[in-house]
Amino acid sequence: MNLLRARVRRPGRLAAEASALLIAVVVAFPLYWMVLSAFKPAGEIESSEPRPWTLAPSLDSFRRVFGQQEFGRYFLNSLVVASCVVIASALIAFLAATAVTRFRFRLRTTLLIMFLVAQMVPVEALTIPLFFLMRDFGQLNTLGSLILPHIAFSLPFAIWMLRGFVKGVPEALEEAAYIDGASRARFLWQILFPLVLPGLVATSVFSFISAWNDFLFAKSFIISDTSQSTLPMALLVFYKPDDPDWGGVMAASTVMTIPVLVFFVLVQRRLVSGLGGAVKD
Amino acid sequence: MLGGLLVYPIYQLGLISFFEYTQAQVSGGEPTTFQGFGNYAELFGDPQFWQVLLATVLFAAACVVSTLAVGCALAVLLTRVRALPRLALMLAALGAWATPAVTGSTVWLFLFDPDFGPVNRMLGLGDHSWTYGRISAFFLVLLEVVWCSFPFVMVTVYAGIRAVPSEVLEAAALDGASQWRIWRSVLAPMLRPILVVVTIQSVIWDFKVFTQIYVMTNGGGIAGQNLVLNVYAYQQAFASSQYSLGSAIGVVMLLILLAVTLVYLRLLRRQGEEL
Repeated sequence: MNLLRARVRRPGRLAAEASALLIAVVVAFPLYWMVLSAFKPAGEIESSEPRPWTLAPSLDSFRRVFGQQEFGRYFLNSLVVASCVVIASALIAFLAATAVTRFRFRLRTTLLIMFLVAQMVPVEALTIPLFFLMRDFGQLNTLGSLILPHIAFSLPFAIWMLRGFVKGVPEALEEAAYIDGASRARFLWQILFPLVLPGLVATSVFSFISAWNDFLFAKSFIISDTSQSTLPMALLVFYKPDDPDWGGVMAASTVMTIPVLVFFVLVQRRLVSGLGGAVKD
Repeated sequence: MLGGLLVYPIYQLGLISFFEYTQAQVSGGEPTTFQGFGNYAELFGDPQFWQVLLATVLFAAACVVSTLAVGCALAVLLTRVRALPRLALMLAALGAWATPAVTGSTVWLFLFDPDFGPVNRMLGLGDHSWTYGRISAFFLVLLEVVWCSFPFVMVTVYAGIRAVPSEVLEAAALDGASQWRIWRSVLAPMLRPILVVVTIQSVIWDFKVFTQIYVMTNGGGIAGQNLVLNVYAYQQAFASSQYSLGSAIGVVMLLILLAVTLVYLRLLRRQGEEL
């Protein structure tokens, strides 16, 4: 009976595996094509017979990208925005998540529901009032105008997700620490912090990606001072709808995508378990 | 801070939407006049608004349904294969997930480029332009959106399926249940909380797609044929300096998503979730 079933199921599983591999190829194809086109010499990109390989890889497109318009500066700007957002939101989220899980206070449930609702607010709808807010504070055309909103918008999700991790730390541990004479601060930073670090990493990925990928704020708030632009805007310098420089666009896209990809692959295990935790919770 | 950067802008958004607020008021120092519901009246009287609203709802619905279908199907597929193909599919999906919306958009545009793209060559379509027609432009954006958002659904649902004890599935199989029956009567009810989460998240994300539409259809397509609410609000505010009209559209979006959120909260409550 068992043997029979194994024989029946084998072709089924092979078919499933073949289709899984095929789908993986299809899903990865756009990224492959992006990197490939970035390395293709100009003549091959503009050929009407595109081939899925190149025999003469060149760095011309990358040279053009880094040569034009202070691309390195945009890269640095993006990096500054993303790291400020990641560090600030991780710290605040950690303290806030601890507060809402470990202490019971009035309005606690209201606060939690507010975090949830805040996640649903379309950031894009708030661009207009934020634009005026930044203008009134003289923050237009500065990196601060990108950093602050991103911190605010990544916090609700970060707190919501971290809550599950803080909850997972047994309260007995906290009591034991106090009995051993640890202060509140000491428990917070030397015991709780390392324990929820995996969760913190997972939430940081989300903050990083939302700040790194941001297009709308960069487009709306950095209007005249291009030295404060970030990568997504720099990318569009190469993309002119009538006559796009595809080699440049693909090279710039590659430069912009690789850091996120590396970051993602490094933390993917924690990310998946973190998501599972957040969903189950 | 959350209050400053979240609550205050919402308040101001509502406020601006009730006033006359255009370039003259922003830089000319002309007094702002109270309009009451004037902006909304103008908005609701504009046939283009209804057309954009309809397009947004249909487009978001199409995106959500395709994303969920692809994500769930692949999650089930992942449970059927051995480690190596699973790793390949996971990595490919993670790559798509991690790709920034701007680069994803440009890459997909290039893939479907009428002159130099490989897709038209493969399909033998000559120099057919995908962004010219309304439907085909929306379809192209849909493909990109599904490509970059199905991994979230796939990974989450896969994690959910793995959490179902295998004894339950074996028992069902022993009782002679078919694959479809197992999915319907055993897996689907157990996965319901996760399915609710991914559905609501997808609705919220796909309803406010901005970057893909903006980049791929060059700001809303020919004569605004590919506008969705988000891009429409942006264009009204920052391109035509109709800040108050843009804000009114923002308020409409906010209200619609708030309704979705309420449904979400009620579903969570019904599952006996303790906050």
